[in-house]
Amino acid sequence: MTAPARGSRGRPPPRVSGAVPWLGHLLELRRQPLELLQRVRAECGEVGEFRLAGRPVVLFTGPEANEAFFRAPEEQLDQAAAYPFMTPIFGEGVVFDANPEQRRQALRNRSLRDQFMRGHAEVIAGETERMLAGWGAAGEIDLLDFFAELTIYTSSACLLGREFREELTPEFAVAYHDLEKGTDAFAYVNPYLPLPSFRKRDRARRRLVELITEIMERREREGRETQDLLHVLTRLRRADGSPRYDADHITGMFIAMMFAGHHTTSGTAAWTLLELLRHPDVGKPVVEELDRLHAAGTPVSYQALREMPALESAIKETLRLHPPLILLMRKVMSDFHYKDWRIAAGKLVAASPAVSNRLPECFPDPERFDPARYGPGREEDRQSFAWIPFGAGRHRCVGAAFAMMQLKAIFSILLRRFEFELAQSPGSYRNDHSKMVVQLRQPCRVRHRQREAAP
Amino acid sequence: MRVRVDRDLCQGHGVCVSEAPEVFALDDALGPVRLLQDEPPEAQRAPVEQAVRYCPTHALALEDD
Repeated sequence: MTAPARGSRGRPPPRVSGAVPWLGHLLELRRQPLELLQRVRAECGEVGEFRLAGRPVVLFTGPEANEAFFRAPEEQLDQAAAYPFMTPIFGEGVVFDANPEQRRQALRNRSLRDQFMRGHAEVIAGETERMLAGWGAAGEIDLLDFFAELTIYTSSACLLGREFREELTPEFAVAYHDLEKGTDAFAYVNPYLPLPSFRKRDRARRRLVELITEIMERREREGRETQDLLHVLTRLRRADGSPRYDADHITGMFIAMMFAGHHTTSGTAAWTLLELLRHPDVGKPVVEELDRLHAAGTPVSYQALREMPALESAIKETLRLHPPLILLMRKVMSDFHYKDWRIAAGKLVAASPAVSNRLPECFPDPERFDPARYGPGREEDRQSFAWIPFGAGRHRCVGAAFAMMQLKAIFSILLRRFEFELAQSPGSYRNDHSKMVVQLRQPCRVRHRQREAAP
Repeated sequence: MRVRVDRDLCQGHGVCVSEAPEVFALDDALGPVRLLQDEPPEAQRAPVEQAVRYCPTHALALEDD
């Protein structure tokens, strides 16, 4: 637990080496963030400061410091103000202009409730089948392109409604991907700098508004009866009878609802497949587990997806080593005290899944891909303030259960129908860390072949 | 047996409501799960154990007196 507050007393956190004038560690964060974050821990210990241009960021690492970070109330450590690169993506006035309580309510998407999970499992299995329909007996895919498109369809179908999903084309996925690539850390200087990736981001957002406007107009023209979220939002009126939300605002809400679950799930799916291929001793039992379930006549259902220990452990280990978010940030709203340190209001604080998930004192032999960590007797993911790919405490990702279910549903179909092999050398698959949203670096290709005795 | 809910951790997913509807309930108002009975009868043991096991935020615990 945190030490009690000591008024305005307390030491400022130590600073990490390597700051350059004006930009601080910004360029290093864009180039090699993992090295920077690990150096903060090595040089400063559990609390250490680096700088993004004019913004000091205090990194908390290790289970004890993480616990203080994750247990702090939103009124003290605020999430919204810490992510300036998201505002141009969601749009001004969408999501992050609400107060913490409104935000808690708005972000609590009802479609994540357990009662809807059964339906989601079937939808995701169906969407995966549709993507595979064009594959033929053998071929090659790019993992980023494939999973980014698939997860646009699954998340829109589950979170926004199946009718809306049916109106999407691959172009929607491409534009959405450009939004994700518009998360350069230079946003900490100014999110509207004239950088190519920011221009592309703004073009992509405008295109998404056009696409959603077209869908709204087509529905209007054809007078079709729809009942999904888009229908509800377009019908809401102000007191004077004018529409409550225009296409721009609705697009912003849709982007926001899909954002947390898209690149995260897409990247984790790709890395899971890569790790299964790089570690055949893990991959084989996973496929056998799926075949066993299928041989017993079990359809891809919510119930079946709950009992897949081999696949589940492989996904957990992938999340530990390749967490899709490497830096979770908050803005300090009033002076924050931890042990002897005082973090002044106005600074940013951060926790890092990439650092914490690899601490040797919590995860023996941390660089080793070892799904047996999650087996009976070890259960290393129960260290809830060390194993933090989904964050922790009251801020833990509300979509974590949905994400695990989704990944299991995708692999249930994928690995039963096809076998895969790496099309590049095993060490050539890397993440692109140049943006705040981490993605696989292309090319990231694998070959697939239809299974002969596909059950 | 006694059921405990860590209200800091509960996010209202409702897995426990699906598993043991006689013990847990979610109101339409947002907030953590509500216990219909603090000390459920022995007959509810199996469903309550399932609820504890599958709670996505590990917010539930079962204690024996």
